[in-house]
Amino acid sequence: MPLDPVPSGPGAPAASGASPPEPEAVAEQVFVALADPTRRAILAALASGGPATATDLAGRLPITRQAVAKHLALLTEAGLVTAEPGERRRVRYRLRSAPMRVAQQFLAALARDWDDRLDALTRHLNQE
Amino acid sequence: MGFPDRIERVVEIAKPPAAVWSALTTAEGLAAWFGDKATVDLRPGGSIHMTWDESDDVAHMRIERIEEPSVFGFTWAVSGLPEDDPRRTYVEFTLEPTGTGTRLSVVESGFAQLPADIHEKAHGGNTEGWAHELGELVAYLDAA
Repeated sequence: MPLDPVPSGPGAPAASGASPPEPEAVAEQVFVALADPTRRAILAALASGGPATATDLAGRLPITRQAVAKHLALLTEAGLVTAEPGERRRVRYRLRSAPMRVAQQFLAALARDWDDRLDALTRHLNQE
Repeated sequence: MGFPDRIERVVEIAKPPAAVWSALTTAEGLAAWFGDKATVDLRPGGSIHMTWDESDDVAHMRIERIEEPSVFGFTWAVSGLPEDDPRRTYVEFTLEPTGTGTRLSVVESGFAQLPADIHEKAHGGNTEGWAHELGELVAYLDAA
């Protein structure tokens, strides 16, 4: 599944270059990236094992180096990984966590679950 | 904008505000409906610690506002962010007496707060901790 490179979400300001991206647009990029199993595997490998080259990653995942490189390019464009300067084929990719934190805040709001908690509070008080 | 900054709920409870206040602000009360165990140091700046028997989850709340028996507010960490992350959400309970009991409102705000420079901090110092958290995020999405 191809990643639309950096979809500018509805409501996102026209690309001015200087203004910081809208949080929702950042979160959307994270969710789009994570919707693909190969990209999840790449990000998980970088998260658990630290920075790695495309060749390293191809050795650890059931996909070719070319496929890894294609996904890394898209993830770089979306700001989810950064390439560390290096000789060709020895460029190491590093997870860039800032967009994940933005997405995590979105998930945190969904997961707070006040409905269940307030139900529990009401049940508790009605038992007394 | 779809990014939620606040959660707001109102419930009607058939008990007087004093009973609801006790459920929100005492260790016994909180342990009965929220956590499994709780400790409470009930003063502005004081802490509430809650744990759950069946998980490693721990909640540390910092009490911000106490106006018995009508307003109780605390901040706590955003799920998935480190406990010492400055970005915390604020939870405020408001209790109003009604003819038959209490109208309880809860507002949790601050989910969308974001320092302007966060996008520039590509190489933050806590990459290690986040490597762990990402695994949980991925697992969460895989399970969804």
